[in-house]
Amino acid sequence: MYILIAGGGKIGANLTRSVLALGHEVTVIEQRRDRFERLAGEFEHRVQLGDATELFVLDRAGIARPPDLVVAVTGDDEDNIVICQMAREHFGVEKVIARVNDPRNQPLFDLIGISPTISATSIILAMIEHEVPEHGLIHLLQLRKENLEIVEVQLDADSPSVGKPVSRINLPAGARLITVMRDGQAHMAEGETELRAGDQVLAVLEPGKEAELRKVLLSKADR
Amino acid sequence: MVGCGRVGSAVALELDRIGWDVTAVDQNEDALQRLGDRWNGAFVVGHGMDVGVLQKAGIEEADAVVVATNGDNTNLVIGQVAQKQFDIETTIVRVLDPARAKVYSSLGLRTISPTSTAIEFLTDAVRSAGPAEAQS
Repeated sequence: MYILIAGGGKIGANLTRSVLALGHEVTVIEQRRDRFERLAGEFEHRVQLGDATELFVLDRAGIARPPDLVVAVTGDDEDNIVICQMAREHFGVEKVIARVNDPRNQPLFDLIGISPTISATSIILAMIEHEVPEHGLIHLLQLRKENLEIVEVQLDADSPSVGKPVSRINLPAGARLITVMRDGQAHMAEGETELRAGDQVLAVLEPGKEAELRKVLLSKADR
Repeated sequence: MVGCGRVGSAVALELDRIGWDVTAVDQNEDALQRLGDRWNGAFVVGHGMDVGVLQKAGIEEADAVVVATNGDNTNLVIGQVAQKQFDIETTIVRVLDPARAKVYSSLGLRTISPTSTAIEFLTDAVRSAGPAEAQS
């Protein structure tokens, strides 16, 4: 597979080393001369000096072949968006992967249709949420294309839903309970399943419904 | 008017003068100085990639959006936000790199490259002043 990597910083350099070890053909583009020279010492002709949003630089790196995969991991989100968009829409590259530096820019990648994206900050934040149970509602998985997400909710004794069967819980439209984890055992959330304090409930919902779901499943202190 | 540098401020001032209701956006507060005393429009401090800033500047009611910050890629992203998220038909994006301007113009964005214009003008100026034998 031919992989073009834009950005030779920490992520780009480590990525280049890793995919080379897997036996792939790689070109990495780096615009800073000091970084370029360091990279060229290790990766030789596989490194190109230049701005990966300039067409002649992309040309030199073989964008017209086109590569099987373009990975944009520069430190600038607008550059990563433009690199991936030109690769896909202008050069017919089928697969792109973009790094999101500032998670606040994620909606811009979504709007322009750059996917998949990877954000170290978002990944670490998700892990922190998972480690801090007092948040009550933990995001486990986002299915962006499907416009759904899966969350875990920890029920305590104050939850307004404790003691009720699933069928009597007034869930918001666009939300369903999937399973109930109790004493290390997962049970499907059927209509007659009664919720108890200490249960971990998995739910699938449309993004934006979290607040309504919290109201139904969490005690006032956790909302 | 997103980006209130040398070009942006001049465009904003001229539109303001001929009666448009203009809001200029720039991440640098000092950019307001460029607009001077005759400026009747509004000014919002913030980065144009921040959709909240664009909303604060009233993009939802805008008839036209001009994007001319000092970064080509920043402009290309902001222009697409105006076009795709806010449906602003008259969205015009300044792109210095002629090659990138051409690519995005083929993708449906209205781009203006002052560099291309400069290249044409300079070449024409030399051609018209040059020796006759070089003109054929």
